[in-house]
Amino acid sequence: MMQSPTKYLAHKGWHQTAVIAIIGGIYVFGSWALDFNNLNGLIAVPKAFAWLGINFKPTANSMTYLPRIWQKLIQTVLLAISSTVVAAFVAIFVALLGSKVTGVNAFVQTIVRGIASFFRNIPLVAWSMILLFAFKQSDFTGFLALLLMSVGYLIRAFMEIIEDEASETMLALKATGASYFQVIFQAVLPQILPSILSWILYMIENNVRDATLVGILTGTGIGFIFDIYYKSFRFDAAGMTVLAIIIVVIALETISNQIRRVIL
Amino acid sequence: MLEVKNLQKSYEKDRPALTDISFDIKPGTFVAIIGPSGAGKTTILRSLNQLIKDDDGQILLDGDDIRTANKTQLRKFRRQIGMVFQNYNLVERLTVIENVLHGRLGYKSTLAGVFGRYTQEEKEEAMSLLKKVGLENFALKRCSELSGGQKQRVGIARSLIQHPKVILCDEPIASLDPASAQNVMELLKDLTEEYNLICIANLHQINMAKKYADQIIGIRKGKLVFDESSDLLSEDILRTLYDQDITEELE
Ligand SMILES: Nc1ncnc2c1ncn2[C@@H]1O[C@H](COP(=O)(O)OP(=O)(O)OP(=O)(O)O)[C@@H](O)[C@H]1O
Ligand SMILES: [Mg+2]
Repeated sequence: MMQSPTKYLAHKGWHQTAVIAIIGGIYVFGSWALDFNNLNGLIAVPKAFAWLGINFKPTANSMTYLPRIWQKLIQTVLLAISSTVVAAFVAIFVALLGSKVTGVNAFVQTIVRGIASFFRNIPLVAWSMILLFAFKQSDFTGFLALLLMSVGYLIRAFMEIIEDEASETMLALKATGASYFQVIFQAVLPQILPSILSWILYMIENNVRDATLVGILTGTGIGFIFDIYYKSFRFDAAGMTVLAIIIVVIALETISNQIRRVIL
Repeated sequence: MLEVKNLQKSYEKDRPALTDISFDIKPGTFVAIIGPSGAGKTTILRSLNQLIKDDDGQILLDGDDIRTANKTQLRKFRRQIGMVFQNYNLVERLTVIENVLHGRLGYKSTLAGVFGRYTQEEKEEAMSLLKKVGLENFALKRCSELSGGQKQRVGIARSLIQHPKVILCDEPIASLDPASAQNVMELLKDLTEEYNLICIANLHQINMAKKYADQIIGIRKGKLVFDESSDLLSEDILRTLYDQDITEELE
């Protein structure tokens, strides 16, 4: 079907207006359905922050909590790193089996995609709850919850990386008469290494944040002591904990950005 | 001697990409395959080393049929057939010499190949081939730091270290500037003579095909319409091949 450019553009403009109107409509409907008063909502935001600022402000006294917070924080970061690294090993292996270019066959590819999406689409909180039944409140429960979700994300990401970045070199090495494993180790893995590392770093950052949440549920790490401080109304200590988490996450992001700059 | 007999291929039912393609090529011949986009040039080239499984016919390399080879035999065939790509298809993050050495993988045990263990002779040969393609000072550079023309010469060195009987080039100069393109074509031509190779290149530049190729194969809609020495390529034939006048390009 041929269209004149002006007609096409006019059509497109109309489309955009329609999309914006629909989004606006959904918002209005949502506010009405949830009985959410826009103006009150807006006024409440600064109030909430003011409350946070006053109650959560660490005092000189809260410094005494610092060693304990620090210890738990390290524990949490290690949990995030170990779960991500194990997840990455599992994911790279599965992604090689399941990607379109290195994969076994169409059947295995579909299975792998299914598994990855299953692990990814069950929320972390749900994983923690499920695993709590089996493994009780322990670091291992948190480790497993983070591991399963990371595996889901990383399989998907690694498969796409392999398909995007390795298919051409793979073809070239296959044409030289190289065997499957030679092609994987000599072409695919070296080619995708930077992107893979970049994803692992991102996943570690992400898992530090998530490990905090998981910790509240599994009674471990930084999440656990935040929960304790909060529930025993030691808000200054809870504020201290949040501050420590923020600092560590920012530090981790900075470090991984540096690493990325070197490897990419 | 490479003999292709009655090669057939269709990707989809009742839409043949290749019908009844037959041609012979003697060692020491530089062949250009020309024809419009979608004619089936890539399909022919990739059938020759069985990256694409064709449907029917024969592909004989010195009398042995590649099409009926089992997995191990196919590996042995493939290592005698080098391939050069439009996008070079190098492992960009590895060094030039590592990429050249990849051409030896077909000769190595799986384990030695997986860990990239190459013999002293192989390394020395890689160096001398880099010298041949004019890149002896780039051996330890990462491929990502090279220009297109340099990358293509690494690709050529990688195929030469296979000790090939045949080199297949799918649009080897399509991504290169005119000077680098000339340079690569000249190199391929010289190597064909020096090593008594069969070199087959898919080309879109008819003037390049005329200038460098000994033999030209013309493909149109999956059928072979021309297979002669390159000085017999006339305007008439080009007109039927491309369905239009492209005499300007000849000049
Ligand atoms: N993987 C595929 N699946 C289905 N059809 C394909 C596939 N690859 C090629 N074809 C079809 O086969 C025909 C020949 O394609 P081929 O790539 O061999 O052409 P070509 O001569 O190399 O073209 P170009 O000059 O554009 O590279 C085309 O009609 C194309 O659409
Ligand atoms: Mg092509």
